[in-house]
Amino acid sequence: MASSFTRILSGRNTAMVLASVGAGTLASGYLLSDSVKEGVAAAERKKLYPPSADYPDLRKHNNCMASALTPAIYAHLRDKATPNDWTLDQCIQTGVDNPGHPFIKTVGMVAGDEESYEVFAEIFDPVIKDRHNGYDPKTMKHPTDLDSSKITSGMFDENYVLSSRVRTGRSIRGLSLPPACSRSERREVERVVVQALSGLKEDLTGRYYSLGEMTEEEQQRLIDDHFLFDKPVSPLLTCAGMARDWPDGRGIWHNNEKTFLIWINEEDHTRVISMEKGGNMKRVFERFCRGLLEVERLIKERGWEFMWNEHLGYILTCPSNLGTGLRAGVHVRLPNLSKDPRFPKILNNLRLQKRGTGGVDTAAVGDIFDISNNDRLGKSEVELVQLVIDGVNYLIDCEKKLEIGQDIKIPAPIPQFKK
Amino acid sequence: MAKLKIKKLCAEKEYPDLSQHSNHMAKVLTKDMYKTLREHSTPNGFAIDGFMQAGVYNLGHPFIMTVGCVAGDEETYEVFKELLDPVIEDRHGGYKPTDKHKTDLNPEHLKGGDDLDPNYVLSSRVRTGRSIRGFCLPPHCSRGERRGIEKLSIEALSALDGDLKGKYYALKNMTEQEQQQLIDDHFLFDKPVSPLLLASGMARDWPDARGIWHNDNKTFLVWINEEDHLRVISMQKGGNMREVFTRFCTGLTKIESLFKQKGHEFMWNEHLGYVLTCPSNLGTGLRGGVHVKLPNVSKHDKFGEILKRLRLQKRGTGGVDTAAVGGVFDISNADRLGFSEVELVQMVVDGVKLLVEMEKRLEKGQSIDDLMPAQK
Repeated sequence: MASSFTRILSGRNTAMVLASVGAGTLASGYLLSDSVKEGVAAAERKKLYPPSADYPDLRKHNNCMASALTPAIYAHLRDKATPNDWTLDQCIQTGVDNPGHPFIKTVGMVAGDEESYEVFAEIFDPVIKDRHNGYDPKTMKHPTDLDSSKITSGMFDENYVLSSRVRTGRSIRGLSLPPACSRSERREVERVVVQALSGLKEDLTGRYYSLGEMTEEEQQRLIDDHFLFDKPVSPLLTCAGMARDWPDGRGIWHNNEKTFLIWINEEDHTRVISMEKGGNMKRVFERFCRGLLEVERLIKERGWEFMWNEHLGYILTCPSNLGTGLRAGVHVRLPNLSKDPRFPKILNNLRLQKRGTGGVDTAAVGDIFDISNNDRLGKSEVELVQLVIDGVNYLIDCEKKLEIGQDIKIPAPIPQFKK
Repeated sequence: MAKLKIKKLCAEKEYPDLSQHSNHMAKVLTKDMYKTLREHSTPNGFAIDGFMQAGVYNLGHPFIMTVGCVAGDEETYEVFKELLDPVIEDRHGGYKPTDKHKTDLNPEHLKGGDDLDPNYVLSSRVRTGRSIRGFCLPPHCSRGERRGIEKLSIEALSALDGDLKGKYYALKNMTEQEQQQLIDDHFLFDKPVSPLLLASGMARDWPDARGIWHNDNKTFLVWINEEDHLRVISMQKGGNMREVFTRFCTGLTKIESLFKQKGHEFMWNEHLGYVLTCPSNLGTGLRGGVHVKLPNVSKHDKFGEILKRLRLQKRGTGGVDTAAVGGVFDISNADRLGFSEVELVQMVVDGVKLLVEMEKRLEKGQSIDDLMPAQK
């Protein structure tokens, strides 16, 4: 039997009729079309393998999917598929293959298309709730706000903040997501986005570098600029099928000033990054919003749009990136504060997280930390960036106090989203 | 991926970019062939994208031609015949679509093989694979099927007795001690890391329903649900390949009859022999080999040519894609299909005997020119 039961839309009804009449043997299927044979085989398999036979063994697992996927939910969803024939088994494969770590709870499932979040809502909703601090997609609405003029105090002390960066992702509505897309869909994403980006002007004027076609020199330069992304090695990504056909349809676009960068067809259709050295987060965010809105306008001109809805905000491959998909952060020197035992609590209350300067799952080097927002869903882009600005300013203040031997205070915890 | 449904998008736009690739599938798959083949899937829903992803994702190497496609079920070999026939012909020394494969698991037919010099031949081993008819293969099977295969296999193996009596160790349940013991015995297989295997989807749900069975004497070993449903291995220290092969045949035949008692048979047909996941293992699926000390012969500039004529291949003692250590090589048959099991093991026995003789000559500083074999 197949790893998941798919419905063959054309042959389904015929197949079910045949199966019920007992035409079980495939020997008699010689005259039947492929899809009918498939339908007959699938019906037989369903009898032979009820959902309980396929329910994954998640006893050693620590991820959001494993916490939420009961045998009842699995039984209910196993035989469903999205209009693109994407199934539950495919959504959860990455979480089954990667048990996770007792200290780090990963999500454990991905979407193959926009409809995944609907068809498999019974499992996605509790996973989203778990990952996003109790956010309930059924009842709550997510605010989108890309008006950068609302930002205050967005200039950091550059004795401490070395660089500032904001990233998000965007998906093109109507095309399947990286775990599920076919080669032509992936190439279509590339075509649509590259075409739109070629319409950017002034400080956003830039160029596209296809991963498969770039020269050695271009590749080296992109590595030196810290722009190049490579074939994923993380099993979290490879088990989800996102690396198929690498490097077909993948590439990097950046503006001539190297402050606005787009990854195409890595973990999402697009990842959009605005960055610069120094502490001018306001300018980074301003460029971010302007660039995003301009790209959106350009794709709309050609009849495309981004995946978005009022409950989940921007739709991306990993449920952890729903809502804003936004991670705003700085590389900041905190030699004293980072050694203070109150550091984790301070970060937690400010709803910030620390990473090493190599990004997720790396260690800090020389007291320089990557500090960014924890949350993605339930707060708008403006709210999250302001939260980072206020939070980092607080951290710098603590650092300065500790430098001169003054004591610091743990701030009150910032409330979750308004209900 | 296992169950990627073909979307009804333009075949032109779906055709993979194989310009940098060096594997059998990429050599053969033209645009027109892709167009036809993507219209079909097996009754289990296995279609061309899952079939060829291993060869699209992995460019391969100009010197080492990998196959680049895998079977998701027995029917794959029918549905994708148009592509597999030339791949099989290329990979298996000119084997034609009309050729018939002989199976011979009668150890009495082997001549000699019990007297390879143990001063040189450190160990002897024969392995093959078997697939259970009616179940999908590792790239495509569901968890339920994989567990079904495990259950059936355990039942069959638990009925073995005499010197074949043994025990099953499920990968997900074994204790630390059991695991260490299996590692020390060189029995334990681990989650595949090779991108060739991973890209085909064989490692899904690891370690669910995977395990190792071996007899108490530690000379007969079965891997369950790694790259194939079953991998069957007979091995022992020293050079008595005859004994290894006899146990191999006896064990396999017994296992087959135990499966038959339960109403299951192995995937086999008279053209392709035993049907396995990778087209490179069709026919006998047999690799018979030794670990042998050849520090002098291996440095001879005709070493490669000698092996080629003997229809043998060399590997490092860590198995495929490892280097030889201390002049010790893994020498085994290069072929799988078009020769019977007896014929292949005979080639190994005769070939290794000759290589050891050559080694002894070179040790004494004598020439080996008169020993050069003809092409088999």
